[in-house]
Formats: sequence, C-alpha cells, structure tokens
Amino acid sequence: MAQKITATLTINGQRQTITAAADTPLLWVLREQLKLTGTKFGCGAGQCGACTVHLNGQPVQSCLQTLQDVAGKTITTIEGLSKDGSHPLQKAWLAEQVPQCGYCQSGQIMRAAGLLKETPRPTREQIVEYMSPNICRCGTYARITRAIERAAKEMAA
Amino acid sequence: MEKVIDTIDVQRRQFMVGAAGFTFGVAVGAPALLSGEALAQNSSVRLNDWVTVFTDGTVAIMSPAAEMGQGSLTSLPRIVADEMDADWSKVKIVPSPANDKIYGNPGRGYTQYTAGSATVTGYFNSQREFGAQVRQVLMDNAAQRWGVPVAETSTQPGVVLHEKTGRRLTYGEIAAFAKIPAEAPKVAVEPVATANFRLIGTDTPRVDVNGKHNGTAKYSIDVHVPGMIYGAILREPVDGAGVAKVDDAAARAVDGVLNVVPLKYGVGVLAETPWAAFQGRKALKVTWGSKAQGAGFSTDGGFAKFSNAAKDPAHPVIDWEKKGDAAAKLKTAASVVDQEYRSDYAYHAQMEPLNSIAAVSPAGDAVEIWCGVQSQTIAVQQVAAALGIAESKVKFNHYLLGGGFGRRGNRDADFVIDSVLLSKASGKPVKVIWTREDDIHAGRFRPLYVNRLRAGLDTSGNVAGWYHRAVCDHVMAFMDPVRYKIVKGRDPIALLGTEVPAYDIPDRTIEGVLEHTGMRTNPLRGIGFTANSFATEVFVDELAVKAGVDPVEFRLRLLKQMPRARHVIEETAKMADWKRKRPGRGLGVAYVSYSGTQIAGIAEVSVEKSSGAIKVHNFWCTIDCGVAVHPDNVIAQTESSIVYGVGLALTERISIANGAVEQSNFFDYHVPRMRDVPQMHVKLVQTKNHPTGAGQMAVPLVPSAISNAVFALTGVRLRQQPMLAGRVKTALLAGEKRFA
Repeated sequence: MAQKITATLTINGQRQTITAAADTPLLWVLREQLKLTGTKFGCGAGQCGACTVHLNGQPVQSCLQTLQDVAGKTITTIEGLSKDGSHPLQKAWLAEQVPQCGYCQSGQIMRAAGLLKETPRPTREQIVEYMSPNICRCGTYARITRAIERAAKEMAA
Repeated sequence: MEKVIDTIDVQRRQFMVGAAGFTFGVAVGAPALLSGEALAQNSSVRLNDWVTVFTDGTVAIMSPAAEMGQGSLTSLPRIVADEMDADWSKVKIVPSPANDKIYGNPGRGYTQYTAGSATVTGYFNSQREFGAQVRQVLMDNAAQRWGVPVAETSTQPGVVLHEKTGRRLTYGEIAAFAKIPAEAPKVAVEPVATANFRLIGTDTPRVDVNGKHNGTAKYSIDVHVPGMIYGAILREPVDGAGVAKVDDAAARAVDGVLNVVPLKYGVGVLAETPWAAFQGRKALKVTWGSKAQGAGFSTDGGFAKFSNAAKDPAHPVIDWEKKGDAAAKLKTAASVVDQEYRSDYAYHAQMEPLNSIAAVSPAGDAVEIWCGVQSQTIAVQQVAAALGIAESKVKFNHYLLGGGFGRRGNRDADFVIDSVLLSKASGKPVKVIWTREDDIHAGRFRPLYVNRLRAGLDTSGNVAGWYHRAVCDHVMAFMDPVRYKIVKGRDPIALLGTEVPAYDIPDRTIEGVLEHTGMRTNPLRGIGFTANSFATEVFVDELAVKAGVDPVEFRLRLLKQMPRARHVIEETAKMADWKRKRPGRGLGVAYVSYSGTQIAGIAEVSVEKSSGAIKVHNFWCTIDCGVAVHPDNVIAQTESSIVYGVGLALTERISIANGAVEQSNFFDYHVPRMRDVPQMHVKLVQTKNHPTGAGQMAVPLVPSAISNAVFALTGVRLRQQPMLAGRVKTALLAGEKRFA
C-alpha cells in the first residue's frame, strides 16, 4: 500500500484536508472519512457508475480516482449538486418516481447532470449512449430517460 | 404448497382475538422521527401492533416489509389506510421491528420475510381487517362521545361524521379521549369483488423515493458507528473447502491492518479503513482445503450429468405433478416433439454489495446489528445462534436494501454473520463490506438447469400427453434447510414454473431431479420460472410450429377455459400488432401463470448475423395481478422485471471451473445497460380479484419470448439461455435456413 499523503481538495464548495494512503480511491475518502455516503460503492472497477461524482465539473467514477490524483481539484458529490434537492434533475427524479432500490441513483443523477451540461437538449440516442456506463439493476432506465427529458425541458424553459 | 401454513393459521387467529392481538394505540403528538423501535418500546404509549393515532392527526402505520425497491414498504400501509379511511397525507409509515408473531406474513407461514412477490398478496386480508378494526374503534368512540348509535356514524378520510347532526371529529381529536377495547372488534370487510377502494388502485408517491434523489436515503453500507473498524473476508472459493494454511505476514504488514482473523470459511482482515482491509486481504496467501463437495465441479460437467439424469427413465425423481396418463397419450400421438433446454447459473447482481455492521458487547452477551435483509427475524435468529445468546439480546436496525432479488434472504445470513464474528474477535464495531468480486465469487446463484420436454400432438393439432423433467442443483436444501424440511424436499424454488396450470393439457407428468453439486444456490428473481418456463414456453412454440398453428392462436386454444389468461395474451398481441410482418425483425410470444398473476409478453428482435448479437427492440407486456394496490408501482416492477429478464436471456452467465466461479465483476458478468433495454410497453389490467404478485412476474417471459422471436426471424431455435452472441452465431451457422 502506498505512503500516506495529505491532500487538500474542494468538495461541495468546502476546502478539505485529507490524510490517507496516496492510492486510496476518492470513493472511500468521501464515504468513510467525510461521511458523504450519497456516493455509492458498486464495483470498485469503473464498471457501474454508482460512485459517479464531478471532478472539475466532469462526471468521473470516484472508485478510479486516487487521493493523489484528485489533490488540489474540485469535487461535487450528490450532496453538493443542489442545496435542497432542487436541481431540475432531482425534481424530475421524484416526479417520474424513478428510483426503485435507489442505490445507483446518485450516480445516475450525477452522470445525467454531466450530460445536460454538455448537451442541454439531448436526443433519446444521446441519452442512451451517455448513460450506458451506469448500471441500474432495478432496470429503471425508461424512467431515467423520461426524467432527463423532463429536466432538460425545465432547464430550457 | 406449504401445508404447514394451515396449522399456523389457526394459532394466528387465536392470537388475533386474544388480548395481545389488538391493533392500535393512541398517543399525544407525533415525534419528528418515528421509529418502529420507539413506537414498540415506548411504554407510555399503549403498545400497538400496527397503527397509532396521534392527537395531531398523524397516523403511524407499521410496515413489516423489507424495502429493496419493490415498493411494499408503501403498499402495505396503503391497504390499512384504505380500510381505516385514513387521510393519506397524514400517514407516516414506520418500519416495524423484527417480530414474526406480530408482523409475520400470513401468506408465508407468518414469517417476516420479504420474498416471492408475496407481500401484498400475503398480508392483504389481514391488513384490511386491521384497518377496518381501527376505523370501527374510532367510530365507536365518537358515537359514545356524541351519545348516538354507532350505526349512524360514518367516515371520510381522517374524520368520523354524524350526518344527522352534522357533527364531526377528526381522528386526531378522537385520539385525545379514545378508549381502546381489550379485544379487537369483529368487523367484516367487503369482499374484493365488490369492495370500493379509495387509495388502493390509485397512485401516490412511494415513501422511500424521497431521499433516493439526493443521497440521503440510508443503506446499511452507509452506517457509521463510533469506534467502528472495517473488515474484509477472503472466502473459500468452493463452499465447505475450509482453510488448510494461511500465510498472513504480508497482510499484517499493510499499513492500517489491525488483525487477521481465521474463520471456518475463510480469513478475515480487520483494518482502520476499507481500503486497508481490501489491500490486506489481497496480500493474504491461503491454501484451501480440498474436501469440498463441489471441488472439481464444472459447468460443462454439470450439464452433461444433468442431461443424462433428464433422459434416464430409471433415475429417481420427485413427482411434481401428475394428471391423467401422459405416457399412454404419448404412445398413441400422431406426432411427438422431444427437446432439451439448458440454463446456466445466474447471479443476482444487486447494486449494493453485501455488507453488515455488528457491535458485539465486550462480554459477548449482546449485539447490535445494522443491516438490510429480506428477513429481519431470520437474521436475528442466526445472529443469536452464532453468539449463543437469546434473540432478545440482539438489537437489529433494519435499513433499505440496495437490491435484494433473493440474495438477502438465505437462512444462514452469511453476510450478517461475517460482521458478528469479526466484531466478536476484535471487541469493536465492525463494518464488513464485500467487494463486487466477493459478491460474485461467493454468489449464490439461480441453479444450472437441464429441462427435457416431450409432448404429443393428435391429428387435429391438440396437445396429447405432456412430459417434463427438470434437473437442477438443490436450492432450498442449501439456502433454507428449515423450509426444505417443511416442504419435504419438494423444492418450490427449484421446480416452480414446470407446471402449466392454465393450459388445457389433461394428461401431464412433471418430474424434478435435484442434484447435490456443492454449488451455492439461492432464489433469484423469478426463481425456477426463469429456467422452467423458458423451457415450457419455447417448447409450446415448437409444438405450435409442428401443428402449423400461429403461436398466439395455439396458446389461446390451450387457454379456452381461462379468460384472464386469454385476455392478457390478446391485449399484448393487439399492442404489438402481432400479425404485422416487419422486415428484418421477428416477434415471439410467451405467457406465464405465475402465483396466480396472469402475464404475457411479446418481444421484437433483430439478429446481427456477423456476431450473433440479438437486439431486442420492443417488448410488449400485459399483466393482470388482480387488484393493483399501487398501479404505477406494478408497472415499474414489470418494467424492472423485463430488464432483468433481458439480462438473463442474453448476457448473464456464471460459469464454474474446478468448483469455483470464473467471473469477477461487471466486465465479465454483463447486466443490461440502458443501451440494451428495449422500448417497453406495459399494460396493467386491473381486475377485481385478490391481489397476486407483481415484483418479478415478467422476468421469465423474456428469455422465451426472445428465443421464439429469433426462431420466427431465422428459423433457428435457441434452446439455451443466456443466448450469448457466440452461441447464437454457432446456432445460425449450423441451422441456417431463412435468415435474410
């Protein structure tokens, strides 16, 4: 295991100083040190997207980012996407009753937020391609699509 | 199936009319946060089983179901609220404590065990009765206060009325003075066929959804307990192998590793952080024992053995169902179709890897657990047994489940016991997290199946004699020996779905062969149906082809006496525009009668010839589960089941070599992603029948409908699931006929 390092990063607008093994995935720093548990552990291998956060504004899988990699950078987690769950995507997620078990949904929403930032009015095909790295085992994909379209509409209005 | 239920039912009735069985209490002002523990334990509030009415009008309703996305945490209280005429906006749902006697499912032998899509159907009558009793007591109290006959009172949501005088009392107002009788009043509820439901059959948001949009919903993996450390376990690759030798020097040298703990079934690593625990576990060098029953087992060997058992007339069998004389009919049939079908092992892949937190007291005489399980009471029993303490010394904190699909209900509660043993060994609270690799390597799978079917057709194309033998690994004997004993070896998890209860086939023989392979098995969403109904519904298609009859028409003929079954098929065919030919695409139909629920599906597919990859473009589905307590949720569950079925049908395969699982993560166990999912068109037919299951019924439709669609398109019959691209390509090359 790698040496311990102390890194400073900005998480949800707050500067945080973290000491941990340099190769510790950001995921575990968020979940177990900072107790930001909205970001989920699903596979640890960049395969499912449950741990998706924004790194300098881009959606990334936090299980693949080491503490060393993210030192000095800016991170947004589901807890920081909006103050009160009022991001259009979050409202759309409720309106469409998207979640079932819900475990993957923080990651889905963070990935969808990345999509809408890049492509404010995505087509069906763009949604499908962009969202396919994220697994939902409950198969809420149809509702995820509808919620993204709903949020995109609201954001354009 | 489980006859033991009858006897328990009698005990339960006695319990209900006894003093302890009464249904509701009143309390002053609802606390901001309602917990089942607090409600059940607070002695200043009258202890109540299901409902507490507060003076501020809040109605707290206990929900005994585990919530894993299927929605029954919300559905059950809706049944109570409907019957007691509660104002739904004032209802707070409280997860109930673990207690089979009070909260057990009447439809599951009074166990608090959320599985089998049996929650709404099993609790439906009792919840209605409890709700009606509460309403009656509220009306009695109001009538007494007003000095009027109770027959002159009525209710509107949250209010008792005396129409003659225009007087009204809210439930909250009544709570301030209500007297609770020692015995529950006898109230008859309106039969389902004529009942006018108010909440049931309408849509309201599920109570657990809020919080799943902002990261605040709590699963046990999110729990932090003061002083908690972390555990990871290197488990034996084959069940029962045991540990022969451990070299833990490198593991102990990992920074942050606190201890290495030998266990019967593996080696535990305790560490300050999960990352250190995983790294320490990786550094372990373990030699495993070689005496496991499953040592040397392989998927190929299993298929060969099962296939032999499926065709050997002398092989001992479980007589699952016998009607008429299939053998005689087969002898005189004009033609006979005989086919074998195969299904590989399949994995649950719930998104939240297994985990649990335990804090064993220093003396080892009490424990607190934080976990999400499908049976709270089984977990408590197992933890108590593991520590040799009374169940009353186990405090169980139940959490949302990040998916269950059958993986979190096995009797030995393997993942709960992990945390208990490591906490006991360390004297500290321990969170044990399984990695995805752990979750797959020690997965407990839908068993391997070989299904052999033989049926005759008479000269008019009617089915004359039907014979089915299903061969698979034991499931219940491994996952729940207690229930295995109750069912006397007639394993419903393995063998359900072999019957064709709705089809008019008077002469049929259905047999099961269960093999002890030493593989880890469990119910998986859709249980035996996923393999058995794959076989029967592809086989029915083969019969239709042989008889020269359209596959929809062929099924409708077999369902002459079954209007609900016919209706779901007809509706689905209508939606899919079944008769319309579409270039480059094929349609396939499947129908299942699953625990009373009637469901049909049609898949529209294309096949990429070069790779053999199947693309499912559309899936139409009609479900009739009787009264739909929460229609939108039935639709959501059906969509969910279709997606799950697509995975089992096309890509999900666990293979075994040398007794061990070959797959490791989502890069070699492929579950459906958004791009793999068809357009889904789900129609819910609401009928005035007792509600039946909704949580998994569409799963088994999908593989057979897809296989049938591929046949319609290519003339090539796929008889093994998953229909992996490579397998399809091979089949196409071997049987190429009219592929365009």
